[in-house]
Amino acid sequence: MIGLPVLYVLAGALFTVFAIGSATDATHPKRWGNTLFWGLFAGSFLAGSWLPDTVNGLLLVAMALVAGLNLVGKGQSEPQSDRAERAERWGNSLFIPALIPPAVTLAGTFLLKGVEIGGQPLVDPKQVTLVSLGAGIVLATAAALAMFRASPATAVREGQRLMDSVGWAGLLPQALAALGAVFAAAKVGDVIGTLAGDYLPLNGPLMAVCAYTIGMALFTAIMGNAFAAFPVMTAAIALPLIVGQYGGDPTIVCAIGMLSGFCGTLTTPMAANFNIVPAALLELPDRNGVIRAQLPTALLLLIANTVLMYVLAF
Amino acid sequence: MWVLLGVLAVVVGFAARLNPLLVVVIAALVTGLAALIAPGLTPAAAWGGLIDTLAVLGKAFKDNRYISITWLILPLIGLLEREGLQERARMLIQRLRSATTGRLLLIYLVIRQGTAALGLTSLGGHPQMVRPLIAPMAEAAAEAQDPNLSDASRNRVKAMAAATDNIGLFFGEDIFIAIASILLIKGFLETNGIIVTPFALSVWAIPTAIAALLIHGTRLLLLDRSLRREAAR
Repeated sequence: MIGLPVLYVLAGALFTVFAIGSATDATHPKRWGNTLFWGLFAGSFLAGSWLPDTVNGLLLVAMALVAGLNLVGKGQSEPQSDRAERAERWGNSLFIPALIPPAVTLAGTFLLKGVEIGGQPLVDPKQVTLVSLGAGIVLATAAALAMFRASPATAVREGQRLMDSVGWAGLLPQALAALGAVFAAAKVGDVIGTLAGDYLPLNGPLMAVCAYTIGMALFTAIMGNAFAAFPVMTAAIALPLIVGQYGGDPTIVCAIGMLSGFCGTLTTPMAANFNIVPAALLELPDRNGVIRAQLPTALLLLIANTVLMYVLAF
Repeated sequence: MWVLLGVLAVVVGFAARLNPLLVVVIAALVTGLAALIAPGLTPAAAWGGLIDTLAVLGKAFKDNRYISITWLILPLIGLLEREGLQERARMLIQRLRSATTGRLLLIYLVIRQGTAALGLTSLGGHPQMVRPLIAPMAEAAAEAQDPNLSDASRNRVKAMAAATDNIGLFFGEDIFIAIASILLIKGFLETNGIIVTPFALSVWAIPTAIAALLIHGTRLLLLDRSLRREAAR
């Protein structure tokens, strides 16, 4: 059965090659920091499933220290001057390899689900999308290598150039998910939910709706994830008050409540894969540039959600 | 109550612009220690709590490795960029005389929302779509509007491209009945004795989706206007 372990070996191999590439680049200003950082990441992918939990935790701590001491970063790559000519030569066929991963992900998600070999599912049913994505990436990379007559070493070098420009931000989404688990174990959400229920002014349906939508957005901004905020805020405010006391429709209240949380996601560095990673990928000088661009939409939409819930739910 | 110190650590750390990875790890350890605060806490118990926290953090870190699988795409994107993918995307836009940054991003917003509503969330994304295609296209359109585009405006256009991908995804995906957030709501309400269908939940995501399209769409067209004003100056 093909599942996540296969993808972890692939990722582990890629990060191992990135670490080796960093170590052998004598001109790189962050040569050994990058080597250590990507090497530890490779170790987590390759050995994480067999290591004790505390050792996995220490791996994360070590990577955070390397990043925190400012030892991870990009080098000075020479600007490449012939890209426009190359683009002219390939024409629109350049887009084909770029579209293979989404196409294969889609097709795989629908087609691979029921496939069995000898009574065993070919692909782990819970991970069909991720496995399809991995397969799409591998296929597209192979197709691109053949099309451009490039060597795998070139692909790895170009990949490393991008990975270096993302740097430590590439680990942040996974690290934040781990922090979310610690928050959950320490019942941080319950404490905030109780505080919200005890101290917010909740007289009347309008106040309750405002407290719920704004609370969802704020709590999501703290946790970086609306899924963590939803059960807590809904149990603290929406079910007892909006639904229970004032008779709001639970379907509408919950649907719009979740979407109010999404407004919070747009405003927070804690939602790193949506907000911090793209700023790094696009090489924006301001780490919070994407958040700044989203802020007006997020605030206006939060107001819209509050109005919609108040008008539609009662 | 003391566990809120962990949240405080996050807020202070981000505000002080410390390295976010370091902030995350510190916040996790602070939360774990703060959960133990009670009269009679011994140093040995605190040390044990620290080790336990490290284990919870490490287990979750290991279990969430799938999040970082997306980086497997980087060699492909790098290879395509080397052959001029970004330049090709720019050329495509330069041929369209009527293309402006705002209109282009508005079309992308509609497509992203529409496909996400059909459950096709993997059709967009920052490494595979925004960096190689959408951002260069938006930049090229802005350059067509203003040949002397300032760096600040260029970065604003790029940030808006990323923002548009997020907004299209967030306020489209909830219209699809089998998306994780819909299933979470359904499951949560079920445990509280309220039975709802995913279809009803997804229908009530539509008003917000329309509001998102109107609000962000207007902002995109206003971006065009501010780019034009800057070009005229």
